[in-house]
Amino acid sequence: MTVSSLWRNKRARGLVLQAAYVAILAALIIGAVLAARRNLAAQGLTSGFDFLWKNTGWEMNFSLMPTHPTDPYWWFLLMGLLNTLFMGVIGLTGASVIGLAVGLMRSGSNPAARLLGTIYIELFRNLPLILQLFFWYALANALPNPRQAIPIGGSLVSSRGIYLPGLTVSQGALALAVVLLLAGAGVAVWIATARRFRRIEPARRRGLILLPLGIAVAGGALALNASHDPALPWVTWPALAGLRIDGGIRIQPEFYCLAIAITTYGGAYVGEIVRGGFKAVGRGQTEAACALGLSPWQVFSRVRMPLAFRAMLPILINQYVWLIKATTLGIAVGFSDFFMVIASSITHSGQTLEFIAILMGGFLAINFTLAALLNRLNRAIALKGHQATGVQ
Amino acid sequence: MNAILTPRVRAGRLRRIRKDFFGSPASALMTLASAAVILALAWRVIDWAVLNATFSASGTQAICAERSGACWSVIAVRWRVILFGIYPYEEQWRSALACAVVVAVIILSCLPRSWGFGRLSLIWGVGALVFYVLMRGGVLGLVRVNEQKWGGLPLTLFIFVATGVIGMPLAIGLALLRRSELPVVARVTGWIIDTIRSLPLLAILFTCAIVLPFVLPGFVTGEKLYRVVFGAALFFAAYQAEIIRGGFQGIPKGQEEAAKALGLPYRHRMTRIVLPQAFRLALPATINQFVIAFMETSLVVVVGFVELLAAGNTAYRTGEWKFAYIEVYAFVAAIYFVFVFGLSRYGAYLEVRMNAGRGKD
Repeated sequence: MTVSSLWRNKRARGLVLQAAYVAILAALIIGAVLAARRNLAAQGLTSGFDFLWKNTGWEMNFSLMPTHPTDPYWWFLLMGLLNTLFMGVIGLTGASVIGLAVGLMRSGSNPAARLLGTIYIELFRNLPLILQLFFWYALANALPNPRQAIPIGGSLVSSRGIYLPGLTVSQGALALAVVLLLAGAGVAVWIATARRFRRIEPARRRGLILLPLGIAVAGGALALNASHDPALPWVTWPALAGLRIDGGIRIQPEFYCLAIAITTYGGAYVGEIVRGGFKAVGRGQTEAACALGLSPWQVFSRVRMPLAFRAMLPILINQYVWLIKATTLGIAVGFSDFFMVIASSITHSGQTLEFIAILMGGFLAINFTLAALLNRLNRAIALKGHQATGVQ
Repeated sequence: MNAILTPRVRAGRLRRIRKDFFGSPASALMTLASAAVILALAWRVIDWAVLNATFSASGTQAICAERSGACWSVIAVRWRVILFGIYPYEEQWRSALACAVVVAVIILSCLPRSWGFGRLSLIWGVGALVFYVLMRGGVLGLVRVNEQKWGGLPLTLFIFVATGVIGMPLAIGLALLRRSELPVVARVTGWIIDTIRSLPLLAILFTCAIVLPFVLPGFVTGEKLYRVVFGAALFFAAYQAEIIRGGFQGIPKGQEEAAKALGLPYRHRMTRIVLPQAFRLALPATINQFVIAFMETSLVVVVGFVELLAAGNTAYRTGEWKFAYIEVYAFVAAIYFVFVFGLSRYGAYLEVRMNAGRGKD
């Protein structure tokens, strides 16, 4: 067989082309990695992941659990990942709440409320997130210094941060309680959505769902109680002591500015998705519900909301993944999220390739987990044999 | 007859307004609350930005504080820094002209008359070339200005245009590879797209700008600006490829089969039958993606470029204008808003226009 007849054979040509495509990509990647290793070796850096157990020698300016320059890299990375997840949970929750409110205002019948919703969405959606973040950060830095802090209901607001009344428990116990609660909620959601629990009768299933939540709450309360010193009161109030503020919990400007920026910006996007979801509910559905004599609240909560939620969930998944990625903007104001820890680690240790691999792995893991969870939810609530999507 | 009809119509309208705004107690409460918020906001903004503001270029912090409103003096004094960054002062007319070229390119490509692969490529190609010559100079008697000195709005627009010009062909390529009949090619391209999409743009920009030069030999790395633009284009392409794929899915299968039956080769099937229809279906999402790409140009602040936002930061962070950050951000935000709002309105208009032919609901 000659080369040209081989080329005319569709199967043979396909095989050759595929092999060539994969080979070129593999050559590019391997070439880049080899060149990088040679370059890094020339700078006296050894590749491998041994450095993960070395001390970092620098400090994280925000972490949920204690960190210290003598801690190893893997601990810093873990804390950075935790910060990203923490910020993500706050951002997604806040954005969803704001988005629901704004979306409802926009899809309601009241023109004044609609206008207010439109102003909000057009303002926050049409400006870059990082611009909004810089603005909030400049605003936070222009607050009065601790000595002139503004008292608001037991809290103190200053340029060094917002000081809230705090519980006198150890940070570890608090983290344990939060993890327990999240795990309990996760198990509850799993039981509520997984197919294998579908056949259990509703009353028993409700009990099964509440069980992990109850265990989590009880465990969290026990952990908090165990770490609480009985000699101290449960709550500490922030108070001015000299030039600084003592007591309470300090919320850093970097943290709350990023949270505000992601929440308000994400809220505008989620608001549009919510509005689209309600628009996708056919008018016939609402009219039929009204004709059946349901009250306006029932029409909303039993007919429009469930249908709209099904229509918007696929788009929401993408938006949530996007919002999680937006937490990386923390580096612009100095919030130590996963990305910022990686960036500082690269500049301090020079282990470029390894950290890039960790960065990619981390974000792939976060986003695929989130997408998988939400897709599971999407499949679980989808109406069988009925197409209630946003396109029709 | 008019005289008899008019009052009735008015009464009907009045009744409708009353029903809309005060249909039920809850609705009335909502109306009052929303109106109060809107009016209070509008009043505060007008009071601050116009009524009590200082406009003269000779304003200082003391003068502005006395009037208690916005201190637009900072813009009057620093506008050239905000708009053009550290570009040489005498050459800034070139920056301004380059911005005008980009605006013209955007407006031209929004006209339905110029929709076509040839025309759009021509407009963007020529626009990018003119922009590049104007900004970089070194030919036609223009003084050479290195990329490190570019800043402000032209840099923002450059990153935006270059992202589009490089990213769009890349996106078409990725989308076509992903729907390839060869399973391995389709699968591997899918992995590439999904991986890029799940990474944050900031991480990609950081890798391109700061990490690559340590890692790769000098001859592939090039100027930092081009590396960053390449990263942004890659990210744009991954998202845009998925949008085009959505367009592919909306085309009835018969279209391509008919083209095949007519004996059209792959090249013509794609450029004449499939891609035009896919782009038509994907147009609203594509414009949305361009809007997002425009906003995301501001992320290059983090890797040390003085584009519009960073130029704004330097304008108030240095010297005597530390107090006037709101004014500077308002000015910068207004520029972004004009571009982004204009583009997104245009996208909404197109969506309505394209749905006009279809039945309602």
